[in-house]
Amino acid sequence: MLDNLNLLIQAPVLNIQLLLDGVLIGSIFALAAYGLALVWGVMNVKNLAQGDFVIMGGYIAYWFTKQDIHPILALPVAAVLMFGFGWACYRFIIRRVIGKDLFISLLATFGLALVVQQLLNLIFGSEVQTADAGFKTRFLFDGQVTVSDTKFIALLLAGALAASVVVFMKRSRMGQSIRATAQDARAARVLGVNTDRVYAFTFALNAAICGAAGVLISMIWNIQPYYGIVHSIRSFIIVVFTGLGNLPGVIVTALGLGVAEQFSGFVLGAELQVASVVCMLVLVLIWRQIQQARLRQVVE
Amino acid sequence: MRSFKKILTTSVLGAAALGLAVSGPAQAKVEGDTIILGSAISLTGKYSTNGIHAKNGYDLAVERINATGGVVVGGKSYKIRVVYYDDESTPARGAQLAERLIKQDSIKYMLGPYSSGLTKAVAPVTEKYKIPMVEAEGASRSLFTQGYRYLFAVLSTSEQYLASSIALAAEMAKKEGRSVSSVKVAMAFENDPFSLDVRAGVMDDVKSHGMKIVIDDKLPRDLSDMSATLTKVRAVKPDILVVSGHSKGAATAARQIKEMKIDVPMIALTHCEAAKVVDKFGAATNGFLCPTQWSETLSYQDGYFGTAAEYDALFKRTFQGYKNVPYQSAQASAAVLVWKDAFERANSFDTEKLRDALAATEMDTFYGKIKFSEAGNNIAKPMVLRQIQNGQFNVVAPSKWASHKVEYPRKVQ
Repeated sequence: MLDNLNLLIQAPVLNIQLLLDGVLIGSIFALAAYGLALVWGVMNVKNLAQGDFVIMGGYIAYWFTKQDIHPILALPVAAVLMFGFGWACYRFIIRRVIGKDLFISLLATFGLALVVQQLLNLIFGSEVQTADAGFKTRFLFDGQVTVSDTKFIALLLAGALAASVVVFMKRSRMGQSIRATAQDARAARVLGVNTDRVYAFTFALNAAICGAAGVLISMIWNIQPYYGIVHSIRSFIIVVFTGLGNLPGVIVTALGLGVAEQFSGFVLGAELQVASVVCMLVLVLIWRQIQQARLRQVVE
Repeated sequence: MRSFKKILTTSVLGAAALGLAVSGPAQAKVEGDTIILGSAISLTGKYSTNGIHAKNGYDLAVERINATGGVVVGGKSYKIRVVYYDDESTPARGAQLAERLIKQDSIKYMLGPYSSGLTKAVAPVTEKYKIPMVEAEGASRSLFTQGYRYLFAVLSTSEQYLASSIALAAEMAKKEGRSVSSVKVAMAFENDPFSLDVRAGVMDDVKSHGMKIVIDDKLPRDLSDMSATLTKVRAVKPDILVVSGHSKGAATAARQIKEMKIDVPMIALTHCEAAKVVDKFGAATNGFLCPTQWSETLSYQDGYFGTAAEYDALFKRTFQGYKNVPYQSAQASAAVLVWKDAFERANSFDTEKLRDALAATEMDTFYGKIKFSEAGNNIAKPMVLRQIQNGQFNVVAPSKWASHKVEYPRKVQ
């Protein structure tokens, strides 16, 4: 471990590589986490199928490559298809568990996750798949730092997506309705907002965001029907870390998570890469608990 | 009404008793002129792709044996048939199904499941009931340190997988005029039993050559990203990079080595074929060294399938969609050949005689020589190293079986 730290100090350019890699991958985590925060904040539904929506998006991109179409073009298609899928999920499953017991909603989304996993396995098989975007790699700093164009384009797309969602939430009518429902569902209903439609839209939007993230993931990492849990866990870590109701914070946390993972993977070894991030989460939660006890109020 | 009920009850009981009397155990191991073998195999779940490769291998051998005179025991010719159950890639289910095959279906001759994990779950069951099992898909060497007497494996065990790459690195160092102990080794293994077994084999070889280990990363099972490890590789400049993490590890390594333009003179990884790295990443995979249990270019042959190349052609004709025949299928076929040979040498259906016959196996097959050690693993067949050269897998080591020269050092694509 100390050897690795030494490496970082002796060759500062390595820090840049790790930072870049972290930010690039963190931007994609941010998408799925944003969707989860949205659904959690508006509907109080903890979506355990989040990662599986991501994988579904990934498989749409994979299917595109099988038809010899560039996977980037799968991005809008995946978003639209997943939007429809999310709407259908809400209509048939989620609507029945809103406002009910925490356990019921967890169970419902968990069941959904299992069904999605097995369906994907039946349709695509259990082999690990990727969608190759075929972009080149850039060299910076005299060849010491490499940035794959795929990751860079993914960052731009993720940024554009996040920006458009934020603008949508601020400016559009539906966005206002969503925010109103999140603040106080009953009051929103009294003022004429169709909360059922809002919930459906939110869930569908979440699925669309996850689908888009999945397309990017399939180009950068890889997908397999049972890898959904990996992305679900990361989304949960990010949302819990940030706390609810702080959407810009989610994005910043996600980027930080990506960077933290890279650095801990480098210094501590790959086996502790994800574990160290979860440890950080536990420490933050403990710290918040201490603060809360001291102030005797909820800490944002 | 009451008498009707009485008649009904008696007749149902009578039918049940008749059924029980007729369905004796003799029906299960040999039914008429068919010998029945049993196997729990992964037809669904995360191992289903390779489970189906293995099943196809079993089926092809069964078809071939039945078409060329069957199995001759006591002067009579028998066909063979395999009963399959789907273990859903879950060890607990595999063990359950093995019990079911042995106790309910009275199977006396077993073929192995896919993966070391499932074989580890099934082996104690077959051992308990003293049912011989010939397996072809569980390479973990820990299977052969338990003192099992009824387990036989036709494939080379896991610690041999990447060991020959270390030997090759030593050879290259000598050629360049450097001392073998100056070779720097970087290792990235997935944190699961099979990959750790492969790592143990590599460690043994590294230690015996006196080489230095500069990176030793164990990747978690749910991590699809080794960029931090590869950044380290770029920093410490090892002479050989060794990676093993099933198909996911191979796919991730191939992609990220290509993206980050990692420059290491020798890169060896397992599961290249299973992960279809050549199809997915094209020319960037040139120079990768991939161990394989079997290759269709090797000069093995036998009286059932002919040469390895002829097996390859027959397999592709029989099953659709195979561009390359995976070694998982070849070794599955070999397992069935071993059973046939054992039946004929033992000339009996008794499991104890068969176990002894299996232990004394010494045969040539299209898959390689088969001879079992005391522990049950095959000690007569070496692991072969192939290098990806211009998109083709060419055998480069061991030199006795090499058809091409190794490309060293690897050029960054």
